[in-house]
Amino acid sequence: MAVSVNVSRFEGVTMAPPDPILGVSEAFRADTNDLKLNLGVGAYRTEELQPYVLNVVKKAEKLMLERGENKEYLPIEGLAAFNKVTAELLFGADNSVIQEGRVATIQGLSGTGSLRLAAAFIHRYFPDAKALISSPTWGNHKNIFNDARVPWSEYRYYDPRTVGLDFDGMVADIKAAPDGSFVLLHGCAHNPTGIDPTPEQWEKIADVIQEKNHIPFFDVAYQGFASGSLDADAYSVRLFVRRGFELLVAQSYSKNLGLYAERIGAINVVCSSSDAGTRVKSQLKRLARPMYSNPPVHGARIVANVVGDPNLFNEWKQEMELMAGRIKNVRQRLYENLSEKDKSGKDWSFVLKQIGMFSYTGLHKAQSDHMTDKWHIYMTKDGRISLAGLSLSKCEYLADAIIDSFHNVD
Amino acid sequence: MGDANLRAELGSPGRRLGTLARHLGVDYSPASSSLMASHNASEIVTPSPTAGSYGGSVFTNVVQAPEDPILGVTVAYNKDPSPVKVNLGVGAYRTEEGKPLVLNVVRRAEQLLVNDPSHVKEYLPITGLADFNKLSAKLIFGADSPAIQENRVTTVQCLSGTGSLRVGGEFLARHHHEHTIYIPQPTWGNHPKVFTLAGLSVKTYHYYDPTTRGLNFKSLLEDLSKAPRGAIVLLHACAHNPTGVDPTLDQWEQIRLLIRSKGLLPFFDSAYQGFASGNLEADAQSIRMFVADGGECLTAQSYAKNMGLYGERVGALSIVCKSADVAVRVESQLKLVIRPMYSNPPIHGASIVATILKDREMYHEWTVELKAMADRIIRMRQQLFDALRTRGTPGDWSHIIKQIGMFTFTGLNREQVTFMTKEYHIYMTSDGRISMAGLSSKTVPHLADAIHAAVTRIK
Repeated sequence: MAVSVNVSRFEGVTMAPPDPILGVSEAFRADTNDLKLNLGVGAYRTEELQPYVLNVVKKAEKLMLERGENKEYLPIEGLAAFNKVTAELLFGADNSVIQEGRVATIQGLSGTGSLRLAAAFIHRYFPDAKALISSPTWGNHKNIFNDARVPWSEYRYYDPRTVGLDFDGMVADIKAAPDGSFVLLHGCAHNPTGIDPTPEQWEKIADVIQEKNHIPFFDVAYQGFASGSLDADAYSVRLFVRRGFELLVAQSYSKNLGLYAERIGAINVVCSSSDAGTRVKSQLKRLARPMYSNPPVHGARIVANVVGDPNLFNEWKQEMELMAGRIKNVRQRLYENLSEKDKSGKDWSFVLKQIGMFSYTGLHKAQSDHMTDKWHIYMTKDGRISLAGLSLSKCEYLADAIIDSFHNVD
Repeated sequence: MGDANLRAELGSPGRRLGTLARHLGVDYSPASSSLMASHNASEIVTPSPTAGSYGGSVFTNVVQAPEDPILGVTVAYNKDPSPVKVNLGVGAYRTEEGKPLVLNVVRRAEQLLVNDPSHVKEYLPITGLADFNKLSAKLIFGADSPAIQENRVTTVQCLSGTGSLRVGGEFLARHHHEHTIYIPQPTWGNHPKVFTLAGLSVKTYHYYDPTTRGLNFKSLLEDLSKAPRGAIVLLHACAHNPTGVDPTLDQWEQIRLLIRSKGLLPFFDSAYQGFASGNLEADAQSIRMFVADGGECLTAQSYAKNMGLYGERVGALSIVCKSADVAVRVESQLKLVIRPMYSNPPIHGASIVATILKDREMYHEWTVELKAMADRIIRMRQQLFDALRTRGTPGDWSHIIKQIGMFTFTGLNREQVTFMTKEYHIYMTSDGRISMAGLSSKTVPHLADAIHAAVTRIK
């Protein structure tokens, strides 16, 4: 009965560090201090700092239950009704790329899963290409490209001197990259900085990408959530489409429909012909099958129901405006508190200029640690705070903490 | 890892093309003077030049992939207008009326969840729903399993069986010293691709004996005894897919002794617990024998069939380790595999499972519904066997009632299968596998006619 192996085969496995973003919530949960504030992961909270399930989502789920739908396997590419509405939402239903059947859309596991499928596709079909990612960018982007074995390098993005966009650096770095690189762009509400290019800057970015025969690769995680308008937030993607690029877009419904844990998103590939679209779709399926076979049905049905029903769709737009509105209010209050309480004359207006769920405070690691150690404020070490986790009533406390950390910690 | 040196490391363009070709399952011979020479256009593998190709499409060289062989069967079935068509392709349970089934207990659990105001949609941890993980481990290993008591098991929620196998495979490719996995011949069509893309090298061991339509036990033992120390061995916990042929408990014991004496690492695929025999404990016996000896193993669990949660993608990967300390470290590394793949798993299906498993009465209701499904399949086996006997169909068809689980490996060859599809509108995979779950008392006669015709007309 005795087993011949006395030592574990996995004895040499070392303890991995906690995830820099998701690990923050773990640490927050362990903290027993009353004043603690979780500004780590980007999940929307109400003013009472409670998680929020949208009313339209609850309605859709009740409808689904009443209908008694089955739980059969979806096709590898996902729920057809979802794929249709998600592409229409992103590009506009009357967009020529949709009319001409030139978009390959595959339901993916939220933003991450959609990015990963795309990265796997790039690795297989463009083995000599590299990805360009912004500096900084969402922490998981590099992990996704690493695991998909796609080499990457960074383009300048954040300018700490202005707490704004280093536009010249961005364009120069995109220009310097080898022709045919995949340029990862945040469609709106750049994560972690909250700094987006202006429409004029987007045009110039498109110019240099065109010049270098690069392929634009958009990460759209906040459509509707950034400005409150679905169409406004799709501006950059639609601009590139109008200019005739073939491009990739990863979508997520985690934030804008509050479907975080349902893992619902899509990868869209806009091709120059419908034939190319069909072929690309078939190869994306070949990558999904050995990863998870077919995607989960529940979140896809919720989206299809909400977006596909005019009443629910309108109601969704209203709820989204409320969520985006709350974040804008919180930005305003935080800005006012910072400006009033900080006597140094520092310009805090970047809080208002940045957009979306996150704000790049400009605090560095030691200062961010201080925020946690002294003030029990949990955030990521790159100085990013999630405004979605902030209430109006806590703005003052946060302002005090930021001012203290900024001025008193080197 | 994020720079162009990586590309340089991977060697010449020719070698990269070779790698790409292997990925796509296409022949590539560097010796040929041109890629065009020995292949037709649809199989050419060339890297897509992104530079300078902007006039056309950057996706010019992306070829149309063939339809997935298993799921492709349903695609073909759906296209067929014949009123007598039968879908015996994909393994999804059907009722006697030929309809998909959502278990009553699953509907009840869903009602509870949807109407519970405290049930929110916040991101699950990377490892998934904690309750679900604990309950899943207890379900497969037994609540009193010493491995669980001793905290030597790490369990992470994954996307059904496929996702659990992929995450397990990726973990082994990174952290296990031996990167070869032995899979049975035949096995589920997706296994080789899952493990290859995970970074493992796939070899096979003899399993099915076409002459007896049973287990080729002697060759199985021979093949495994030749495996290098540390090699991973994929084992179907019960209801082998596609053959339905399982080792006896005695044979399992011999397999266990061999695997342990050779220092091989077992990786169980458990997709049919409770669905095969109708009894949850019986269907977990093979795994529990291995865990009882104190050794290590991996287990991929799926709730697709036994809870009918196919489209919800619910499953779990468990790694039984030598010590609690190792289990903690292993779990931390599993998170590094999962985060860049999909961040964290979907909540809905796992919540349904947890709701059912933790409630005594719902758990009991589940076992009753599960047994009913298993019993119906066993009835279909008997009916098909009887129908072939009645028709005097040549051959020994007793394997139909000896094999277990959702599938029967009929022993029909490719030509016979093609004939049955064309003439009788029977849809099944070309390896002769039929899903018994897709049969009903009404369709058994038609299938028996088809088999009879195929066997007598095509050799």
